[in-house]
Amino acid sequence: MRQLIGTLLIGLTLGSVYSLMALSLVLVWRSTRVVNFAQAGQAIVTTYIAYEIVTRTGVFWLAVLFAVIAGALLGAGVEYFLMRTLFRHVDQGPVAALAPVIATLGLLGVIKSIVGMIWGNDYRSFFPPVSTDNFVLFGESIPFSRFNVLVIVSTAIVMIVFSFIFQRTDLGLSLRAAAFQPEIARLAGIRVGPIRTIGWVFAGVAGAIAGVLITPTEVLSPSSLDVLLVFGFVAAVIGGLESLPGAVLGGVVLGIGVSFVLNYIGTTLIFPTVFVVLLLALIFKPNGLLGSKKVRSA
Amino acid sequence: MSSLLVQNLTVSHGAIRALSNVTFEVKEGELVAVIGANGAGKTTLLRTLSGLKNAENGTATWRDRNILGKRPEDLVRRGISHVSEGKSVIPELTVRENLLIGGLWRRDKSGTEKAIKEAVELFPRLGERMSQSANTLSGGERQMLAIGRALVSRPKLLLLDEPSLGLAPLIIEQIFSAIKNLQKSMNLTVVLVEQNATSALEIADTGVILNLGELVASGNAQDLLADPALKSAYLGY
Repeated sequence: MRQLIGTLLIGLTLGSVYSLMALSLVLVWRSTRVVNFAQAGQAIVTTYIAYEIVTRTGVFWLAVLFAVIAGALLGAGVEYFLMRTLFRHVDQGPVAALAPVIATLGLLGVIKSIVGMIWGNDYRSFFPPVSTDNFVLFGESIPFSRFNVLVIVSTAIVMIVFSFIFQRTDLGLSLRAAAFQPEIARLAGIRVGPIRTIGWVFAGVAGAIAGVLITPTEVLSPSSLDVLLVFGFVAAVIGGLESLPGAVLGGVVLGIGVSFVLNYIGTTLIFPTVFVVLLLALIFKPNGLLGSKKVRSA
Repeated sequence: MSSLLVQNLTVSHGAIRALSNVTFEVKEGELVAVIGANGAGKTTLLRTLSGLKNAENGTATWRDRNILGKRPEDLVRRGISHVSEGKSVIPELTVRENLLIGGLWRRDKSGTEKAIKEAVELFPRLGERMSQSANTLSGGERQMLAIGRALVSRPKLLLLDEPSLGLAPLIIEQIFSAIKNLQKSMNLTVVLVEQNATSALEIADTGVILNLGELVASGNAQDLLADPALKSAYLGY
């Protein structure tokens, strides 16, 4: 029983971080119909920035603040300079759909090599702001720490803030309108270009937070977020790729699945498990865990 | 004084010429019906006037200022609203949200609420469905919502692309009479693109007939309706 609860709690923590990465991929997908592989690169840059600040000042929250700002700027920069240029020049044929995705994949490689040149390819560690020691409950240690609580609470706050913005504000309505029907949004007076940039900014922020939350319990290297990108992407697809709550739920389902495999089977089966979870989700809920039937087309 | 003036407008889709040398004018507060078969260039004309498509040649002015090559979102701010073909609503949003987006750019929020109220007075069925998602609406309701959204932007020039498409005759009658009322009560200038020639010309002040991208006739709507040559050649009855 103790192990089961521990497994679920660990799953929830892992799932929270996957959710954040999934959220950032969904935000970009919804605003520009691009799968942003460079998100892992953007997040690695912001995590190294956080690492520098935490090692110099020891203040974790200051590091988070700078990571978030850097994430926002990087998101805006990639959209403004790379995506817009591509969309302007490649706007017809099958290449138009593929070019931006390939460009983000290329950018991921470029960012990782630049990060490697600046910080080197060795592993670094990043100290957590609160204890990672297990809680002791009725004399028994459970595999859950203050840091896990911090991860879950931070993720929940990010979700609540994004949900509020998307559902309750004019900016959120503009973001949704521009994502679903850019042409109608423009005809209604919404400036779709800047609104898309804001979508990338939010995505950059979510990715930056994911990076600083996962790194204290892992190691930091130019490629250390690649697995998070893959898991975040799987979580986003499980969630239907369109839906923010779906991305969160997808992340949590995947996190719990991974945690079960880790605790009961071993690390070797993680990737096959993720793949099986993805396949099951696509076969039984192809429109996402929270997806409904296609809209009435009449 | 003509408020919408289109001169020698030429627009191409790649190698295909969609409009060639089209010239017509619409006076302030007038309703013009643009009639023609599929491929006549009607939709292209509206898309060019609302900034969605670039012109190759010619000029178009609204209240003496150029509107060609401008962004749709800027033209909305100058009072030009376009209801595009095929019930231009966002199915994923609620009815109220679809109306709200027409006024997001306005600073005056109480003005937006007032405009939404007026749109609902014009189309009471929208009022009963405000919190429903737009994909639950029937075709006619969607068209009402699309026009309602345009009205929330407080347009002076309304561009309507085939509002009757795919609708039952009774609903078409309702929509056309709402359009006529709007024109009169708000002193709107309306460009109504239609294949449904008779119904459109009956409510119009003037008409423009396009065929394969060229203007073949224009003038008083009643005269066009009565012209036997036009009837058989372009109006299809």
